Amino acid sequence: MRIAILGNYATQFLRRSLVRRARSWGQPVECHEAEYDTVDMELLDEGSATYAFAPDVIVWHESTLALRTRFYNTPPAEREAFAEAYADRVGRLAERVAERVPSARILFPNLSLAFDDNVFGHYGLKIPSSWSFQVAKAGHLLHALAARQRNLFLLNARPPEGAVEVTDWTQVVNADLHFTPAYLDWLAGCLETVIVTLGGRFRKCVVLDLDNTLWGGVIGDDGMEGIQVGALGIGKAFTQFQKWLRELGRRGIILAVCSKNNEETAREPFLRHPEMVLRLDDIAVFVANWESKADNIARIRETLNIGFDAMVFLDDNPAEREIVRRHLPDVLVPELPEDPAGYLPFLIAANLFETASHSANDGERTRQYQEEFRRQELSRSVTDMDEFLRSLDMQASVTPFREEDVERIAQLTQRSNQFNLRTVRYTAADIRRLAADPGCETFSVQLSDRFGNYGLISAVIVRCRPDGGAAAIDTWIMSCRVLKRTVEALLMNEVVERLRARGIGGLAGEYLPTPKNALVAQLLPGLGMAADGENRYVLRLDRHIPLKTHIRKT
Amino acid sequence: MRYTIDDLLPIFRDVLEDDGITLSETTVAADVPGWDSMNHIYLVVAIEKRFKVKFTTYQIQNWKCVGDMLSELNK
Repeated sequence: MRIAILGNYATQFLRRSLVRRARSWGQPVECHEAEYDTVDMELLDEGSATYAFAPDVIVWHESTLALRTRFYNTPPAEREAFAEAYADRVGRLAERVAERVPSARILFPNLSLAFDDNVFGHYGLKIPSSWSFQVAKAGHLLHALAARQRNLFLLNARPPEGAVEVTDWTQVVNADLHFTPAYLDWLAGCLETVIVTLGGRFRKCVVLDLDNTLWGGVIGDDGMEGIQVGALGIGKAFTQFQKWLRELGRRGIILAVCSKNNEETAREPFLRHPEMVLRLDDIAVFVANWESKADNIARIRETLNIGFDAMVFLDDNPAEREIVRRHLPDVLVPELPEDPAGYLPFLIAANLFETASHSANDGERTRQYQEEFRRQELSRSVTDMDEFLRSLDMQASVTPFREEDVERIAQLTQRSNQFNLRTVRYTAADIRRLAADPGCETFSVQLSDRFGNYGLISAVIVRCRPDGGAAAIDTWIMSCRVLKRTVEALLMNEVVERLRARGIGGLAGEYLPTPKNALVAQLLPGLGMAADGENRYVLRLDRHIPLKTHIRKT
Repeated sequence: MRYTIDDLLPIFRDVLEDDGITLSETTVAADVPGWDSMNHIYLVVAIEKRFKVKFTTYQIQNWKCVGDMLSELNK
């Protein structure tokens, strides 16, 4: 990971905090800091040190205080256009970065620290030529810019109320230090969260306790009329909390329940309590019994096929939290505040669910896991694997990457850790480039069966050589939800067919091991490729015998 | 109670990450390896935190040596 830092203030403290935090990322990190206040030169000049450094991430931090000084130096007649000129400049520079290092992401802490000058007081918000007006406008324009500029990612640079002192005015004067070291360390923490997420490590599931976590009281003792949610007692706190959880679910975070209760008792509020926000439809996996929560969370993990480090466990009971922490150290177990009114602000401030991408079908994940349950039940009722696969009645379409699938494919490359042959991470912009590259053959698979639609679940990128020599598998990824469905066989047949149509005679592939992808160590030999050195395989395409698959092509 | 060099020393050693540092009242930044302008800021933050004080712009500007810091703390 190569990180370049640029700013219009002394950024050494930000760099030091970032470097210190990077020690725990488990990957080598190199940091390059541009000279003081050289953003424009560094990003405009193709031969700049920043570009020579070939950054993966560009941290570009502008001090609002420095901006205000620039505003005061602007002739009054030009002040009404100040915000637009500023946003234009950021957009132009970001575009230069996109041309020069297409794969780099710009992380830009936004201008939320307004440093209002009260030259007009509150009335300034009615005066388009005032600083108050222009700084607020610049912030909005940057938001609009980031929504369309693909390599520009804004960060919310405002810390939670009272969390940390942003500016020490003595240090501003003495050392020209616009932000306190403590604030810059907080900001480095935000950058850390984003950068680690870009590397593919983020949370996908939240496991919820019920009594005194999702509602006040104990359903087994207090009954439906006694639990506090909605109007009763402190129910408002739980209602707010549930609404937020439902939003997480709609965004694509999987909600699961793990409760010490009789299952029927535990389900009742979800079915019949008039003021419950969360309903059974919102819960992907519901486990209520009297066994250890650590065991139950392990079972939930197995069903979802995700890593323990992708799970967050929320429980009001410190003893339960401790047990889960001890047995499942990779599961994140936040120390919830004692007062339920504090659950929500605490979790919001902790920002546990950072993401590097979003696609519209994320919210369907819960439904997909519910369908998966029904499939698992079917698989228990049939004994023969072939019979099971046949009974699923699977259909798939295999196409080159299409524009409407770009986000989802990028997301697959970023999220998939297990079924991922070479673990190359791509941004949406990268995927677009690969799709348009005549030297690449791309394959994406949409799968459905009698229980529902899986959506886009697998992608393959093959790089061809201009001389017609053996093509190489760059990427082979698949969602673990469709393991053992013979999707790989279908894809291999497709790859071979398309390469042969191009007149290519051979295919080479390699397995790049990571701590998480042992699952695909034998993928290529399993598909008929011959060993060619350690973890390397080759296939003569004229020798390929179409592999057996239970999926019909549409 | 009057603060002495011994109260400041642990802060210097901690911030500059060097247990070999020694200080006297006449020590200036140039005498101590690693005491650059950046670490100076960390020192000010650490001293303010440890002694629960807030220095003014004038105070910090008038520091020439460790003794100046001490006399400010002991005012």
